[in-house]
Amino acid sequence: MFATAKRLRAAGVLGLNKRNTDYIMRLNPRHLYPRVDDKLLTKKLALEAGMAVPELYGVISHQSEVRNLAAIVSAHDSFVIKPAHGSGGNGIIVIVSRSKRRRDCYRTASGILMWEEELQHHISNIVSGSYSLGGNPDVALIEYCVKFDPMFSEVSYQGVPDIRVIVYRGYPIMAMVRLPTRTSGGKANLHQGAVGAGIDISSGETLTGVLNDDIVEDHPDTGALIAGLYIPQWDFILQSAARGLEVTGLGYLGVDIVIDRDRGPLILEMNARPGLNIQIANCTGLCERIKRVDEIYDPDADPVTRAKICRTEFPADRQTALPLNGTG
Amino acid sequence: MTRRYVYILAALLTLISAATFVYKWQVLGFPLTGNQQTPVWTIETSIQFDAGPGSIKVNLQIPTLTPGYRTLREFNVSKGYGFNLNYVSGGREAQWAVRRTSGRQTIYYRRVVYEDPGSEQTDTTPPFPPPPVINEPLKTAVEVIVADVRDRSADTATFTAELLRLINQPSPDANIELLMADAGTPAEFVETITTVLAAARIPARMIRGIVLQDRQRRTDPRPWLEVHDGDRWRYFDPNSGAEGLPERFLMWWRGNEPLVRVEGGSNVEVSFAVRQNFLDAMAIAEQRAEVEGSVLVDFSLFSLPIQTQAVYSVLLMIPIGALVMVFMRNIIGIDAFGTFMPVLIALSFRETQLLWGAILFSLLVGLGLSIRFLLERLRLLLVPRLGAVLIVVVILMLVVSVVSHKLGLETGLSVALFPMVIIAMTIEHMSIVWEERGPADAIRGGLGSLVVAVFAYLAMGMMWLEHLIFVFPELLLVALAIVILLGRYTGYRLTEITRFKVLSGK
Repeated sequence: MFATAKRLRAAGVLGLNKRNTDYIMRLNPRHLYPRVDDKLLTKKLALEAGMAVPELYGVISHQSEVRNLAAIVSAHDSFVIKPAHGSGGNGIIVIVSRSKRRRDCYRTASGILMWEEELQHHISNIVSGSYSLGGNPDVALIEYCVKFDPMFSEVSYQGVPDIRVIVYRGYPIMAMVRLPTRTSGGKANLHQGAVGAGIDISSGETLTGVLNDDIVEDHPDTGALIAGLYIPQWDFILQSAARGLEVTGLGYLGVDIVIDRDRGPLILEMNARPGLNIQIANCTGLCERIKRVDEIYDPDADPVTRAKICRTEFPADRQTALPLNGTG
Repeated sequence: MTRRYVYILAALLTLISAATFVYKWQVLGFPLTGNQQTPVWTIETSIQFDAGPGSIKVNLQIPTLTPGYRTLREFNVSKGYGFNLNYVSGGREAQWAVRRTSGRQTIYYRRVVYEDPGSEQTDTTPPFPPPPVINEPLKTAVEVIVADVRDRSADTATFTAELLRLINQPSPDANIELLMADAGTPAEFVETITTVLAAARIPARMIRGIVLQDRQRRTDPRPWLEVHDGDRWRYFDPNSGAEGLPERFLMWWRGNEPLVRVEGGSNVEVSFAVRQNFLDAMAIAEQRAEVEGSVLVDFSLFSLPIQTQAVYSVLLMIPIGALVMVFMRNIIGIDAFGTFMPVLIALSFRETQLLWGAILFSLLVGLGLSIRFLLERLRLLLVPRLGAVLIVVVILMLVVSVVSHKLGLETGLSVALFPMVIIAMTIEHMSIVWEERGPADAIRGGLGSLVVAVFAYLAMGMMWLEHLIFVFPELLLVALAIVILLGRYTGYRLTEITRFKVLSGK
């Protein structure tokens, strides 16, 4: 047990306790949390900073407004309902189409039909705080539903994959793409059963995947090889992520980005307490890269420069990554 | 920077706690373990006499300096007498007085003492005694004996020992026989010895005390010899010459005065009764501190009413539960619902016992969860739904109690002691996790809560710890220091080691 702990430390693996005390508590002042915990505010700030986000169709903040749903989505066949203060992807419903015969019957990403009444109930649950921390009243966002980029069609089951970038003091140091599976119900959330695949920061190429803390090579539902995909517009994605520091002021940040077929990379949300599984997906510990950023840190560098530096600083170490594939 | 403050704060807390602890333990004698009993002796002197026609004055010698014993309390019982304490040459004297009374009178004086080997009380250094005035032919006999013994001794102690040896010989010589002819009682015997010692200019006196033995209705004071060697008082057995005090010897008074003097009464009878009982060591420590005027005891939990004390003896264990909780979360890394829910569950385990507690808890949560899934279909809003779950939990507790009572399982009744609101919240939380992350996560969380509760219960159920914290609440500062230190723990959690195993690179 202690030997393993020692090896983990040698490999620079970041643990929860260290993440919380040394990085989150030090670099993320609590008063800035609303900027990431409130998705409505995040969206506003990102727009002000000139970043691309999914278009907001409407906001429902009171029970009395729940009946406005039909009016808000009247012009759209697909949309997403999410709580502004939700966590871990909970409470999100993705509507991809409507029934041909009746406009008040919607089809979710997982193929289930939902009546408008059911959606309204879900929204009123969101508003009453079912999905927010501590059960506080919340608001429901209704926004643009991201269109699937065909490049991921082989490695995701329903749902849309998203890209998570860890940004340390404004430097994008590690990234992974989260691929929905059947067990995750089309959601791109690792603890719900989605596959995470590490991404080489320098090239934007996917590495091996991680499923429930284990390393996998193939997507469990489609059987396609996860490694070797090149993420499009990788430069732009890294720059957007790096800009997360300016937008939120948080020094330890997870930025979630989706790639839309038509609109390209969009900032979906940001997270002040990003998970640590990304280390398994990349077969690399975070500590080394954090240390390196502390060495090269330049307070005057702009996001574009920072993203560029990271592309040269953090190439994937395939020499150690590859032999491990067999053990997963 | 913060880290240094944390260490300093933790060290400071530990230091304060340790200092108070050691003071209370070593100086005030607070017991480290529960049920620590100290033998306590109650000595009762009763004086009986027939009242004369005039005013009555009763003087009783009472203990002042008692090596080996400490006094817990003393009191006197008498009807219609005025009471007074006087310091006299032999120590203290209790005085009762009444102007007019009649019939057989009884006066009690009671003293409660406990053994304390550390109590070394000796008198001040006396002056050299004046040569006693003795008439012939005793004068010559004494002079011969003193000269004889002086030749065969080196100092006061050996002189005394030699003298006692000579006197107690089975066939003493003529001088001693002459000297001891008048010494009929043991007291007179010792008195004569002090006279001989005075002739040798050695300060000596008779002491009288009681040998403590349980359930003694009547015991007589036993005379003993006390000799000052210029440095300190030493004790000698007048009948053997051996140095030291008899075992369990409570010194009552010094000197040749009689134990009791009654003016205006007749047919005086004095008797001692001794009884031994055991008192909680805590009670003794408290009274002792009270006598010494320590503030710490005034603010101890023992100053609270008994019922409040009982509540606190449980409440004071909650920090221990919290400590276990922090340890399980941040060092082990076990997931549990609700930060301190397991600690509250552990509290109710105290009443239900562990096995039944675990069974009842699982039963309650399991049943509640299945009903919660039925409620889910009704699509209720959050607060009404929580209310409904709470009502269901209360009804379930009722059902479990009634059914188990009918089945003759009385332990089932204790289900009522579970914190129902907490259980309702747990059920709600668990059902949400169940729906969103799947049954595996929900059951893992539920089991985690139970495991933490069991460990918290085991830690909180340690009787010695409960006693220790109740008597030394300052130890909670140590718990606080540990929690603060754990708050800055940046190492891996135990569960993370398995989680990141693939990265350990072997």
